[in-house]
Amino acid sequence: MSSFDLIVIGAGPGGYVCAFRAAQLGLKVALIDKRATLGGTCLNVGCIPSKALLHSSEQFVFAKGHAAAHGIKLGSVELDLPALLKKKNDVVAKLTAGVAQLAKARKITVVTGSAAFTAANTVAVTPASGAAQTLTAKNIVIATGSAPVELPFLKFNGTSVVSSDDAISFNAVPKKLVVVGGGAIGLELGSVWSRLGADVTVVEFLPKIVANYDDDIVRNFTRLLQKQGLKIEVNAKVTGYANGVLTAEREGKKLEFPADTVLVAVGRRPYTDGLGLDKAGVQLDEKKRIKVDAHLKTTAPGVWAIGDVVAGPMLAHKAEEDGVAVAEWIAGKAGHINWDLVPGIVYTDPEVAGVGLGEDAAKAKGIAVNVGRFNFAANGRAIAADATDGYVKIIADAKTDKILGAQILGRGAGELISEVVTHMEYGGSAEDLGRTIHAHPTMSEAVKEAGLAVSKSAIHAL
Amino acid sequence: MPFEVKIPPMGESINSGVLAKWYVQDGDVVKKDQPLFELETDKITTEGTAETAGRVSLLVAAGTEVKIGAVVAKIDESNTATVGSPLAGAPVAPTSPQSAIANPQSPSVRRLAAETGINPATVTGTGKAGRVTKGDMLEASSGKSAPVGSPLAGAPTPPPTPTTSASPVSAIPNPKSPSERQTRKKLSPLRKRIAERLVQAQHEAAMLTTFNEVDMSAVIALRKKYQDDFVKKHGVKLGFMSFFTKAVVAALRDVPALNAQFAGDEIIQNNYFDIGVAVSTDRGLMVPVLRDCDQQSMAGIEQSLADLAKRAREGKITLPDLEGGVFTITNGGIFGSMLSTPILNAPQAGILGLHAINERPVVVDGQIVIRPMMYLALSYDHRLVDGREAVTFLVKAKQVIEDPARLLIGA
Repeated sequence: MSSFDLIVIGAGPGGYVCAFRAAQLGLKVALIDKRATLGGTCLNVGCIPSKALLHSSEQFVFAKGHAAAHGIKLGSVELDLPALLKKKNDVVAKLTAGVAQLAKARKITVVTGSAAFTAANTVAVTPASGAAQTLTAKNIVIATGSAPVELPFLKFNGTSVVSSDDAISFNAVPKKLVVVGGGAIGLELGSVWSRLGADVTVVEFLPKIVANYDDDIVRNFTRLLQKQGLKIEVNAKVTGYANGVLTAEREGKKLEFPADTVLVAVGRRPYTDGLGLDKAGVQLDEKKRIKVDAHLKTTAPGVWAIGDVVAGPMLAHKAEEDGVAVAEWIAGKAGHINWDLVPGIVYTDPEVAGVGLGEDAAKAKGIAVNVGRFNFAANGRAIAADATDGYVKIIADAKTDKILGAQILGRGAGELISEVVTHMEYGGSAEDLGRTIHAHPTMSEAVKEAGLAVSKSAIHAL
Repeated sequence: MPFEVKIPPMGESINSGVLAKWYVQDGDVVKKDQPLFELETDKITTEGTAETAGRVSLLVAAGTEVKIGAVVAKIDESNTATVGSPLAGAPVAPTSPQSAIANPQSPSVRRLAAETGINPATVTGTGKAGRVTKGDMLEASSGKSAPVGSPLAGAPTPPPTPTTSASPVSAIPNPKSPSERQTRKKLSPLRKRIAERLVQAQHEAAMLTTFNEVDMSAVIALRKKYQDDFVKKHGVKLGFMSFFTKAVVAALRDVPALNAQFAGDEIIQNNYFDIGVAVSTDRGLMVPVLRDCDQQSMAGIEQSLADLAKRAREGKITLPDLEGGVFTITNGGIFGSMLSTPILNAPQAGILGLHAINERPVVVDGQIVIRPMMYLALSYDHRLVDGREAVTFLVKAKQVIEDPARLLIGA
């Protein structure tokens, strides 16, 4: 039996970051994952490959539709899907290998296989082939992440009804792709295949896509996606899929969407299958997430849980912060995490990014706010880059001017949101944002102007 | 191993305080005994000094609530700054995430500081690691600053008031803007404690006030006659307070009920005479205590009083100076008060209020004469003191003031 200071189960962005931080702090760490490659869902079948596909498909759209307007003659533009997928696979391989290299350099013991608790401080790891081994540690972190939610009337079959795991590797562009679920994953992968030539319909159960954003942002975003050719059907409850037709209902009326491929992207569930949590005394909450306290401790002493398996947004960066904090707490340091300031991003074009409180949410809560808005159409860099769609919104407390939230619709919104998060982390005001120098010409000037617009002081807007 | 700077113990009832101000900056090299910080507790404000010399690193921001015994800074006696990157896993002491003292203020805070004249260092910060935010500054400056909605539009100086001839209609020459009509300021720990104590006294005691008046002629005459000799001999002026203190001691001896306090189902009888004297300071009211006034000479009382009052105003009163009083004297007269009903300084049973001395016509031996008169008010806890006792006490004090020779004779 090998003994460690810390065992981390799951080598996704939460788990491997936790292991790395713990190793930095001098702990003897084992990192267990089912996959032969590290990085979990995010690096292998999630964030990273989808971003590679998004980027490549954006280039394709530019080459086909926009290059000529920039004075670039390309002749005939054709898609080479195998090459595009290979590029994506190369990106994934490079990153997972990089993580493995770092793990080795940090002297972390990487164990491949399925982990199951045999007691609160003991884990048995069963590899795909070969004998199981038992590991023991004073502290164990569960970082097993999440898996796509399967609908009972729409079971995954790996070919015509698929999850995001498969939708990053179609070997041919679907003709008619129906995406069930208008969240980030569905819209991103829907965009990819739409750009590559598929006829894509997004079917959403709620009255709006990306439901946690403000109504005005979603309205504009929906219109921009529709302009790109995506069909968006909201208020539609999917009922089944048979004979190449996806059926749904809206207010009692039947809807039919012909589809050769259906991507079900209605959410993800905490993944704790086969972990033997009962053996460790780890309890779940009512939503089947692992129950943790404010320090991410589970109900079993010495067992912690982070990332998608616990409450909170299922986002890689949130999991990473969880992982760092837990590693620091285990090492007796002052770990820090601010769950109120986890930014969320939809990596379409334009992107949608948000952090903190939206305007609608503030109003619903009865918080008096001033909202500053600045359109990219008035930003020099955006005009030069054909990125004039969208705008920045800063939501600030009406009394103290403290920034309570931000939502950005626009190219690169995911990069732009960071500085707002930083200001918020330090309790900054909209004025602070407006009084911070932003280089010219950059898209980020729109963020500064939106900060100024909170007090109706934007320079390049009336 | 760096030397740890800890919040010193302040007495039994004090568990925490607010580190109000740093006198040094992160990274400064300090000398032994150099003042490092100002600590505000709910009773007193004190200074913490360096117990050793070296390079100081600050661990908490000004404005942070700190527990007694908390480590607030470290002093590296070797004087060499070790810059330990926690990411490099160096085995140095962890740099606290709170060590952000020397950081500059945010731009809006700087603007508000310039426009309102409020030093952000004096404002309690609510931002990360105790940083002062714009909201904190707005709260501190309240009406003095520009309205929130238009921070950039707000003019730094108020517009010139129109001359009266130019605005014959306006009855109010300088109307206050809505934001100036009300301002808000956070309670200081001292003010909060004063409020709690006063309300507690009103809730718990059966408080009642009785009045009398005293002819100050005799005391004034004595002061006039002996002032020069007294100052020459004792280096301190002969004031009214030593007379009243002695009068209170004499009255307490006659009426011990006023030298008692309530304690659950027991009454504690104090057999000593430590008299508190209320002193008004910038930070609020303080009641330092004059010890064993029965054994002290008049000069001794005046000297201790001068010392305590000076230290109270300088914020250098220590906790022991405030503890253990059995009775309090408060003098609203110095501000011109004619008559008032003082609130008890719990758990004491009595408080004597002194008032302004005014010349008034009074009848003495069937003649109307003009005498320097002062009203006296005695508030007392009716649970411990009967009306007869309270009145007797006040009459006794009055008799002593009107005829100080009683002190000599013991009558």
